Amino acid sequence: MIRFEDVGVRFDDGGEPVLSAVDLQVDEGELALVVGATGSGKTTLLRCVNGLVPHFSGGTLSGRVTVDGRDTRTHRPRDLADVVGVVGQDPAAAFVTDTVEEELAYGMESLGVHGDVMRRRVEETLDLLGLADVRQRTLRTLSGGQQQRVAIGGVLAAHPRVLVLDEPTSALDPVAAEEVLAALTRLVHDLGLTVLLAEHRLERVVQYADRVVVVENGRVSSDLPAAAMATSPVSPPIVDLGRLAGWSPLPLSVRDARRVVGPMRTQLAGRAPNRIVRSVTMTGQGEALLSARALVVNRGRRPVLRGIDLEVRAGEVVALMGRNGSGKSTLLAAACGLLPARVGSVRTGGLDPASLPPRELLRRVGLVPQDPGLLLYGETVSAECRAADTDMRVAPGTTRTLLVYLAPDVEDRTHPRDLSEGQRLALALAIVLAGEPPLVLLDEPTRGLDYGAKTRLVASLRSLAAERHGVLVATHDVELVAELADRVVVIADGELVTDGPADAVLAGSPAFAPQVAKVMHPQPWLTVADVAAALAAS
Amino acid sequence: MTRAHHDPRLPRLLHPAAWWAWAIGLAMAASRTTNPLLLALVVAVVGYVVAARRELGAASPFGAFLRLGLFVIAMRVLFQALLGGGVPGRTVLLTLPEVPLPPGSGGLRLGGSVTLEGVLAAAYDGARLAAVLACIGAANALASPRRLLRYVPATLYEVGTALVVALTYAPQLVEDARRVRAARRLRGHAGRGPRELARLAAPVLDSALERALDLAASMESRGYGRSVHRDARSRRQATTLTLVGLGGVVAGVYGLLDGGSAPLLGLPLLLVGSAAASASLAVGARREPRSRYRPDPWAAPEWVVLASGAVAGGLVLVAAQRGVQDIVVQTSPAVWPTVPWLPVVGLLLGLVPAWLSPLPPLRAVERVGDSRVIHTKGIRSAS
Repeated sequence: MIRFEDVGVRFDDGGEPVLSAVDLQVDEGELALVVGATGSGKTTLLRCVNGLVPHFSGGTLSGRVTVDGRDTRTHRPRDLADVVGVVGQDPAAAFVTDTVEEELAYGMESLGVHGDVMRRRVEETLDLLGLADVRQRTLRTLSGGQQQRVAIGGVLAAHPRVLVLDEPTSALDPVAAEEVLAALTRLVHDLGLTVLLAEHRLERVVQYADRVVVVENGRVSSDLPAAAMATSPVSPPIVDLGRLAGWSPLPLSVRDARRVVGPMRTQLAGRAPNRIVRSVTMTGQGEALLSARALVVNRGRRPVLRGIDLEVRAGEVVALMGRNGSGKSTLLAAACGLLPARVGSVRTGGLDPASLPPRELLRRVGLVPQDPGLLLYGETVSAECRAADTDMRVAPGTTRTLLVYLAPDVEDRTHPRDLSEGQRLALALAIVLAGEPPLVLLDEPTRGLDYGAKTRLVASLRSLAAERHGVLVATHDVELVAELADRVVVIADGELVTDGPADAVLAGSPAFAPQVAKVMHPQPWLTVADVAAALAAS
Repeated sequence: MTRAHHDPRLPRLLHPAAWWAWAIGLAMAASRTTNPLLLALVVAVVGYVVAARRELGAASPFGAFLRLGLFVIAMRVLFQALLGGGVPGRTVLLTLPEVPLPPGSGGLRLGGSVTLEGVLAAAYDGARLAAVLACIGAANALASPRRLLRYVPATLYEVGTALVVALTYAPQLVEDARRVRAARRLRGHAGRGPRELARLAAPVLDSALERALDLAASMESRGYGRSVHRDARSRRQATTLTLVGLGGVVAGVYGLLDGGSAPLLGLPLLLVGSAAASASLAVGARREPRSRYRPDPWAAPEWVVLASGAVAGGLVLVAAQRGVQDIVVQTSPAVWPTVPWLPVVGLLLGLVPAWLSPLPPLRAVERVGDSRVIHTKGIRSAS
């Protein structure tokens, strides 16, 4: 269905090619998963399929890409629209119309599908993706998960034979992600749809894949999932656990792993993870860096937070979880004074952040926003770092030194916009950390990060906590929470639902349980590292 | 279209073209008068209809257009006060220090005395533009331009793409500017002042442009403008039709809105323009491969709204032709304007859609909810 023959892509003449010598075949009805580190060329590979590379992006494409027998050199993306549907990384950026129904119909209108057929397919798509009750809503007012489903629906309704998805679940909470993936697998099974999907959160998708395409430094290889995972540079926790235990074939789903985990559980019986009980709030130690009391915050006229009580103390890492649109980002914005408290109070270091002058604010709290690009204004990385040193009033070079620690391979002269997602996050984080604010807030820091970058992020945040900083992270990533957090706070619809030690909260709920916890249940293990340490000790 | 669509009580979205035609009618009325009372009435009429018939949750640019209108008036008055602009007047309000200009610079001056007559003339003129802007804002609020664009035929493909991207770019720019400025606080700056503005302009423009490109890529990969132009000849034809059509529309609107053009230009220009436009669109529509999802019906309520706008505009036009007193207010010497009754009746007819057009669906739901609340309240207070 999709064929790459000796394909190479380069965006600037004489520079390094983004992709080279790619030979790849994806057959009809297959779900192929594209994996690789940040910046390895996954997105470029996907955009080749419908001809956006090179017709829209510029650059040079050598070799041949054919989809359903059509060559992308002679067919522009719009001529392939009836065969290939593409859903990009940011669904909201791709919306052409105003409301859900119109967006679903847009692709079909362009293809000239007959009115009656169109009407029926819109209804089917609304049901398939569970969007019927928001059909007349304006797209801007939908939550991230709903937007993602509308974007997929808008493409699906046109009945393409190939669907290309770039990180379809990275912005979604665990439950919404499962819904989207369930809908996709149903389409693959029932309609013989061919799916090419790139994703960093392998734990969510690898079990559904028929084939795994590994992209590494512009080189592409593809294999059956278990075989590909054995050597892949990136792997989900369950595969790491399998590698640790030497299971063969490698398990890819929780179900597979539970069948073979018996001996390991016997070996670990009666032991507990050697996790230090780090939660200082529970023991009442540490000064309160952030405290919210009966906090109500509005966006426009709508109350998004409805009476939150929360404390973050020095030396702890708190994870803030909850559905898309439950108010996590709003809480972070209120904590650093971007939104005022409507009722109740929020205090950082004893003062109201909204009334602090910006310079004072910097000494108390730093936020890395969901889109780290918001913090970046410079023309080059080095200019950005120098500006940050001045802004934060620290010795010249401080930010650059931090950046080298967080992301060693960032070059001075690169424009911040040309950095990969992970590198940009590292830069924003370095800028925020340069001022050494006692309280560090992060909003969805793992979007677009590979496992390696995630590990470095965890290490640097843990060392911050060890130096008596307080860290509050809003995230959907349960694996990150398992490795990072002391305490988990769950909010739903603007109200606090759970506040407890990470181990208890994560292990206690199927939606939030990390893979290792699901496999080892009822034993209380959360991460591969915990298991490895215990095995080494025994 | 079913018979139910003729009934204004069935909640649905009105055809966008009906709202735009209505708004253009009122804009035409506004463009023919400088009477501040009539202009205020125009703004009140469109404001009331927007308040009554805007769909909930949709973007409402009406307020922004009103503010833009106030800005226009202020600028107009300011420039009049500074530069004179050749309006003679006797009632001197204040005298600014004058900078002598070389002879032969016409009626222009820099500084000098500011007269009541001059200020009034400028304010009325600004108010006329502000009222026209309010009408356009109302059309935007009642029927989003994107909905209207669905009816732009494939003949105008390139223009259509450009318009959709532009319509997204401008609000996105405002949104991005707001976010970047807020984030500026996190770097210890207030995000105000000219230096900050210069610092933030580049990243804001960058990211909005990037989004616009994303949108264009998305339209392309979803098949917009597919197989419209199969060969070179059809492409040439299409280009000609596009130019003729656009020229027609521009000429027509110019004829409608410009009260100052010669009588020979006004109406004939409008007729020829719209004829050219509709001919080119009709020819284009025949070759169009696009289909339409749930096309908005054009039924009785659409005719009512269209007629309401046309009558409002028409009556003011007639009054202006007949030279009814105080359609154009005398500013020299300044007198208090009277209210001519014919244009007032016309403008009030522009209110008809507030009652005789269907409620938008979400607003209708809201209203049912409201009545239930009132109902239970009534019971509670009775018990």
